[in-house]
Order: sequence, then C-alpha cells, then structure tokens
Amino acid sequence: MTEPVLVAGRKQPRQRRRSPVPLPLLLPALLGMAFLVLPLAGLLIRTPWSELPHQLTSPGVWQALRLSLIAATCATAVCLVLGVPLAWLLARTEFPGRGLVRALVTLPLVLPPVVGGVALLLALGRNGIVGRWLDEAFGVTLPFTTAGVVVAEAFVAMPFLVISVEGTLRAADPRYEEAAMTLGASRFTAFRRVTLPLIAPGIAAGSVLAWARALGEFGATITFAGNFPGRTQTMPLAVYLALQSDPAAAIALSLVLLLVSIAVLAGLRDRWMTAP
Amino acid sequence: MTRTARRRTLKLTGTATAALLALSALSACSSSDSSSASSSPSASSSAKLSGTVTVFAAASLKESFTSLGKTFEAAYPGTKVTFNFGGSDTLAASITSGAPADVFASASAKTMAIVTDAKDAVGTPVTFVRNQLEIATLPGNPDKITSLKDLTKSGLKVVLCDKTVPCGAAAQKALTAGNLKLTPVSYEQDVKSALTKVELKEADAAVVYKTDVKAAGGKVDGVEFPESANAINEYPIALLKDAPNATAAKAFIALVESAEGKKVLTAAGFLNP
Repeated sequence: MTEPVLVAGRKQPRQRRRSPVPLPLLLPALLGMAFLVLPLAGLLIRTPWSELPHQLTSPGVWQALRLSLIAATCATAVCLVLGVPLAWLLARTEFPGRGLVRALVTLPLVLPPVVGGVALLLALGRNGIVGRWLDEAFGVTLPFTTAGVVVAEAFVAMPFLVISVEGTLRAADPRYEEAAMTLGASRFTAFRRVTLPLIAPGIAAGSVLAWARALGEFGATITFAGNFPGRTQTMPLAVYLALQSDPAAAIALSLVLLLVSIAVLAGLRDRWMTAP
Repeated sequence: MTRTARRRTLKLTGTATAALLALSALSACSSSDSSSASSSPSASSSAKLSGTVTVFAAASLKESFTSLGKTFEAAYPGTKVTFNFGGSDTLAASITSGAPADVFASASAKTMAIVTDAKDAVGTPVTFVRNQLEIATLPGNPDKITSLKDLTKSGLKVVLCDKTVPCGAAAQKALTAGNLKLTPVSYEQDVKSALTKVELKEADAAVVYKTDVKAAGGKVDGVEFPESANAINEYPIALLKDAPNATAAKAFIALVESAEGKKVLTAAGFLNP
C-alpha cells in the first residue's frame, strides 16, 4: 500500500490538474458535509420567517448578542495572553511531567462543561479555594458577574488555542530562534521578534477556534455565572431558556447567532487561516 | 496519480471498506437502542408486567420518585423504572418533539398543558400532590432572613428560578401577592440548580420548594413565608399517548396515587391534593 502512495506523491505536482478526486475520499467527504450541513438546513427551513422581524426587534435579543460578542472577545484575549506562553512552554522547553501537564491543560476539552462550571465555582466561587481569598483581599466575587462569564468561556476555550499554537510551534523550525540567539538576542527577544511572526497564522487560527467555542459556550457559563439578562445571559443561555416557552423565538435567536458566527468565521478564515 | 489496475482495485476496495466501516459504526451504535426499544413493547401485550417504564418527572420529584421506583421494581420483579428528571418545560418540550416516554409528572398545570395541547397524553392528567415554596438560606441563617421581604435587602445574593420554569412562575406569583420587587443575581434553569447555588454558598438565599429544602438535609435552612399560600403548585401526572410500555406505566401511576405513594410523597414534604 505504501508503494503507490510514494509514486503518487512524486508525480503529484505534474499531474495535479487532471487527476480525479479518489472515490474513497470523495464519498465520505460528501457524506460528512451533508451530516454537518443538514441540521443547519433544518433550522433554516423551520425558521418562522414571518415572525422573525417581531422576534429580532425585541431588545432582549440584542442585549444577549452584545453580551455574547463582548464576553467571547474578552475570553479570547485572556486565552491569547495566557495560552500562547503556555503553548511555547509545552513546545520549546523540557521539564519533568510535561506530558502530564499537557494532558491536564487539555482536560477542559473532554470535561462536560457543566462539571467545568462546578469546578470553577469550587475554585473561584465566593466560597472557593482561591475565590474566598479574592473576596477577602479585594472584595471581588466572580459568580453572577460578566467577568464570571469571561472566566467560564476562557476556561473552556483556552485548550483550543493552546493545542493549535503548540502544533504550529512544533512545525516551525527552531533553528531561526537559535540563529537569533547566536546573534545575541535573548530568548525572550527571539520569541518576540522571530517566533511570534513565524507562528502568527497558527495563533490566528487558534484564536478563531477559541472565539467560536467561547461564543457557543453554555454549560460552564450557566453553572458558574448564572443567568441574568444583560449581565450574564449570553445568546446560548437565551436560546436555551426561550426553547422552554417559545420555540419560535429560540429558532430566531439561534439564527442570529449562526449568521454572526458565519460572518466572523468566514471573514477571518479568508484573511488569516489560508495563510501559508 | 498512476492509473494502474492495482490502484483502481485499491480505490474500489477502499470505497467499499469505508462504506462498510461507516455502516457498521452506525449499526453498532444503534443496535443497543433498538434492542431496548423492541423489548419494551412486547411487555405491554402480556398481563404480567415487565420491561422498562420511562418516567419523565419534574426535578423536585427526584427523591420521592426514585424511592417509589424502587418500590415498584420490588413489587413487580422483571420491571425497571428509568427516570428523566429535569425542568418541567424541558421535559414537556422533549415529549412533544417525540422523546420515548411512558409517564409525565410535571410541576405545574401549565407545563402539563403543553403536552395535553399537543394531544400527547391519554385522558385527563390527575393532580397527585401539591408543593409550596420556601426560602432556602445558608445553614444557620446568618443573614437573619425571616420573610420574603427580607430577600429584597440590598447586598443579599438571591437566586430565583427562571419565569419559564414552574418554581420561577410561582415565586413571581408570591412576590406579586406580597407586592414586592426582587432583583435576583440569577434566574436559574431549574429548581435544583437554584438550590445548588445556596448549597455551594455562592448565593445567600433561593426561593425553592419545601421538598427541596427537606431533601437538602442540613445543607440549607428553610424559612416559610405566608405569601407562598398564593402560589401553591399542583403536580399533574399523565400516561403518554405513545407510551412504549403503557400497561406497566398505568401500574406506576396507580402506585403514585396509592396510599403508599402518598406516604412517600408527604414524607418528602409534598402536600396532599
């Protein structure tokens, strides 16, 4: 099986234009696409278009959307500030237990978000291990605040950024940094002036992923930050609660979130993620 | 790419393998569902009760219904009662969208109406218990809360259920009856999450059901308030139209309405209808 692949690999540049898409790839790819797109089509088909203007002019919708966008952007900023150095540490340094640290860092990926929310309460809540001290020393309590929403979203979204940036760092040639350091640059200067520009596309891709994850966050947010319109009620929370009493409103809200996400993701993807 | 016969066969077998893999993955995942689904309808034809009874019940019924489920399984060997506890509206919404369930016990007539309006219930739902609100405070009541009005004190973190959930609707009714305006820190998605916020000491108080305070044991203190008399919830129970195991489901409803069922429910803090 390896032989034909090697042959194909060598010949590919010359014949790329004429070679057909192999069926074993095309069929599952089309099925996969249909699987992902079909539920969205269902949402569009069931949208109560006639009621839409009425639903969308309610102030609650824009309040929730505005909060969602602000919180997701703030959470992405937190992820960038903390996540990029963390990814660098995991990719460029050797220390005992690095594998374990990497596993722990990516844990929020598999942790049910509601459990993540409870864990955040136990750590950063008014009565939590760190939260109690925050409350006593600074009078800061995170639950039931917009800052709490940002914390919950950053907790869930950061692994996406770390994984993405770490992968880019591993693929990037460390010899550029080494060359910079032999020329007298400190390790931090080498990181700032050489590594960062080199991995910028990876950071951008990771940020987009983290932002998208933060925007759709539900479980950790409602558990840690609660649900209060204008303060902690983001779009996913508004959609969930609307679903209880008014499914038509929930569909309309989902549609807004979907359109905004598509607009941002498509815009950013074209600009950043196709970079070599 | 080369176009030798070998590659072509490789491609074809590849396609076949991929298709087979996808199919077997699908069937492997769905087989467990179909076997459990097919085992329950066969039970309804025989007089002897067997199979699984699926009960969708309001979150506040968790403790008493779990105990009644064990009683039922002991009384009818071979049966199994599985529960889906949650906010009554979530449950009602999943029933009207076709979730396979035998019995629905909701925490308000309004949420039951969602199911009966969709013609998903058999007959008229019967009220089997009633539930009254109570204030849940931190253990020892450090904020000295003695009335509903005390909750409006500034600096106090109070959580309520969302207005779409029965406990939230009842709390609003009680607040209106007392002519009070209360701004909580959060509108929780069901009564248990409201209670959890007090149990974890994140909120100072929550308006929940008497039964929830009782179920929480010593983790919260309960404070009764007179306005709750204006907001007593009636809990209806109904057999569902598409019940996969209707015979056993009827027996479970009978157990809930029996003297034995009443004993368990009143012990949990529910009021008789």
